[in-house]
Amino acid sequence: MTARTRTLVLVWIVLMVLLGLTLGASFLPLGAFKPVVNIAIGLAKATLIFWFFMHLREVSGLIRLVAFAGAVGIVIMLALISSDYLTRP
Amino acid sequence: MSDRPAVHSPYAEAAQQRDADLLGMYVFLVTEVMLFGGFLSAVSMVRVLHPQEASSAAQHLNLWLGSMNTAVLLTSSLAMALSVQVSREGKRRPTIIGLCLTAALGLVFLVIKGVEYYQEYREGLMPLSDGIKPLSKPGEQLFFNFYLVGTGLHALHLTIGIVLVAGLVWGVFRSRVQLPHRAVTVEIVGLYWHLVDVVWVFIYPIFYLAR
Amino acid sequence: MTVGATLETSPERTSYLRAGYTLWSWLATTDHKRIAVLYLYSITAFFFIGGIAAALMRLDLATPGGDLLSNEGYNRAFTLHGVIMVWFFLIPSIPATFGNFLIPLMIGAQDLAFPRINLASWYLYILAGLFTLYAMIVGGVDTGWTFYTPLSTLFANGYVVAALLAVIVVGFSSIFTGLNFIVTVHKLRCPGMTWSRLPLFVWSLYATAMILVLATPVLTMLLILVCVERVFGIGILNPDLGGDPLLYQHLFWFYSHPAVYIMVLPAFGVLSELVTAAARKRIFGYWFIAYSSVAIAIIGFLVWGHHMFVAGESMYASAVFSFLSIAVAVPSGIKVYNWIATLYKGSISLDPAFLFAMGFIGLFVIGGLTGLMLAMIAVDVHVHDTYFVVAHFHYIMVGGAVTAFFGALHFWWPKITGRMYNITWGRITAALIFLGFNLTFFPQFILGYLGMPRRYHVYPPEFQVLHVLSSAGASILAMGYLLPFIYLLYSLRHGQPAGPNPWGATGLEWTVPSPPPKLNFAETPVVTRPPYDYPIKDPMSRE
Repeated sequence: MTARTRTLVLVWIVLMVLLGLTLGASFLPLGAFKPVVNIAIGLAKATLIFWFFMHLREVSGLIRLVAFAGAVGIVIMLALISSDYLTRP
Repeated sequence: MSDRPAVHSPYAEAAQQRDADLLGMYVFLVTEVMLFGGFLSAVSMVRVLHPQEASSAAQHLNLWLGSMNTAVLLTSSLAMALSVQVSREGKRRPTIIGLCLTAALGLVFLVIKGVEYYQEYREGLMPLSDGIKPLSKPGEQLFFNFYLVGTGLHALHLTIGIVLVAGLVWGVFRSRVQLPHRAVTVEIVGLYWHLVDVVWVFIYPIFYLAR
Repeated sequence: MTVGATLETSPERTSYLRAGYTLWSWLATTDHKRIAVLYLYSITAFFFIGGIAAALMRLDLATPGGDLLSNEGYNRAFTLHGVIMVWFFLIPSIPATFGNFLIPLMIGAQDLAFPRINLASWYLYILAGLFTLYAMIVGGVDTGWTFYTPLSTLFANGYVVAALLAVIVVGFSSIFTGLNFIVTVHKLRCPGMTWSRLPLFVWSLYATAMILVLATPVLTMLLILVCVERVFGIGILNPDLGGDPLLYQHLFWFYSHPAVYIMVLPAFGVLSELVTAAARKRIFGYWFIAYSSVAIAIIGFLVWGHHMFVAGESMYASAVFSFLSIAVAVPSGIKVYNWIATLYKGSISLDPAFLFAMGFIGLFVIGGLTGLMLAMIAVDVHVHDTYFVVAHFHYIMVGGAVTAFFGALHFWWPKITGRMYNITWGRITAALIFLGFNLTFFPQFILGYLGMPRRYHVYPPEFQVLHVLSSAGASILAMGYLLPFIYLLYSLRHGQPAGPNPWGATGLEWTVPSPPPKLNFAETPVVTRPPYDYPIKDPMSRE
């Protein structure tokens, strides 16, 4: 098994562990923190997939910028829509 | 994809064409990110508006099947990433095996999803079903409807992915997609597949773990 | 690199218009120039249809009672007008015609990055257009182009799903165009064509492409949700189930506000080209204009809530959106100052294209200033949903974007067709359009301020005088828009053949013959000079 293949399998193991963590966390009494924890773990998984499986660690800065632009788009959408819903009386 | 010369107008060099193909696919993936991102933002607002109802509706979802599906899809991503790896090394058979495994796992996902939908139908959770309505509070049925549409859209994208992978298997098998020269084609299909996986990585906590 | 004046006879040097006369050679083309011409014909047809809807509305509004159209009929007319003008004319207009034609030429490339995707985008546009025409013919839609819920999901009769499918499909057409432009500008620039030498038209289309790619999918998703609710009865935005109509509006305007920048940014790009050619001077503040295009694209994503100030949006969110909406005017203002500074002490030509450019500046400033007024919540509370808003956006979209489109048409017509048109008629058209436009839309500011609501065709008699003025203006405007049909089409047969550079402008597109050959450049150009390198000693030399 080449080093690259090993890295990919290692990433998969980490992803599975994160899945277990997020599943387990859903049984803990975390209250308002639960969605935060779950989304954070989701973000960690997504970052791993983007960085390793989708080759973001190999490609040019331009493609990374394009991926980043997508992330910024979502953040803007969520942040500003929430600014309405979270501040309603 | 096969009969055209390796480097075609308007490109001057193969590297330029490969870069353009990759960049094009990434830009397309950004549109998919915004598509599902918009949807998931909407669901998030529903959870903000109706937190209790979202939680109680989520309890009707099958957490174990959903978790199993997440594992299936993550594994299919591994299979896909390994296929891309070996395609770059020019190894035809391992590539085909990897791609078949990817598609097979995708099909497993769809079957499990179908089982879930059937269970939900039997329990009367579907909108417009007659008889007992377990989701009676306002907001509960709404959350469930969002779950239906979200997983449905995702399943549609996954089906497209499976078709693409199947087409790729055919192309590699018949040597229409030459490896390693056209490994970028495998990479591009791989990028699409991984994105479908990433979308599920967010659908899972937002719906199943809302309980 | 000088361009020879003699016709070369090799097949690659045949003009793109003559490389194949069959219908199939046009319908299966991947040549960006032919696709641009296909788009030009299509958007002109839709402009005409949208214009007829407008004519019906203005005729009906000339009298206070709704005596020309029924209430339902009027609703369908303004819906058709909005849907067609926004998605089938304004959004594709400059990008899909002039962008497609000019971007490869301007950057020294032989075609766009993905020629077949380019053709696919035109076919998607036509398919969507057919859906819209179907929806219109079988009975129409009365929801307004904004398709607000729950009217569109639960109560509207009519062919809403057909119209929504049309918009979803045309959205994919837009996305493909944007994707193509981004990859082309990054990967296909000729040697020496650095970002600092790019024509500002290309910068503005790049910024437009960013918006096309990031904003359109959100609309696609939203309209899919509405279709699912209508077709399958799966309640998503249904208030009875706890759905929020404002959620629809958030997602709708998240796309539709950036969409107006999709419509106007290409116009800004055209202006930069026209103003430098008009004044025969280097652009003032190249980087200010380039970066302001990108700034408008980004900030434009942050302002959508100003459409919902009175719809139930929270006070705090409204304040944030109001502030950001005022901020987005800054880069636009920067552009206007730079164009005027470019014209200052220039040797200004009054050819038709340049008259349109001057008209743009005046009309856009009025539209922009009234936009600032609307960004202030205290003002908006009074004039929201009145004719003040209608006048504001028509000043930008018609006085701005459509005027720029006509300017581009008159500027690049010789390049696209190889023919010169009658300059005098061009000037008359520019004047008619400017006068007709102002007479149509300025009274509407007053009407709105006095309280005339939009989307109504029955109104109190004291508003009639202003409405009649507006309708009279519309008839002059219509004449102005119809005239080019005559003299431009006439020029195709009888116009003087045009040389490569009839206006003496800078830019790689002016170094190739008019019309260009199928293969844009016999040898890859190498760029060594800055952009807008006036005065140029030999108009056909890039040395």
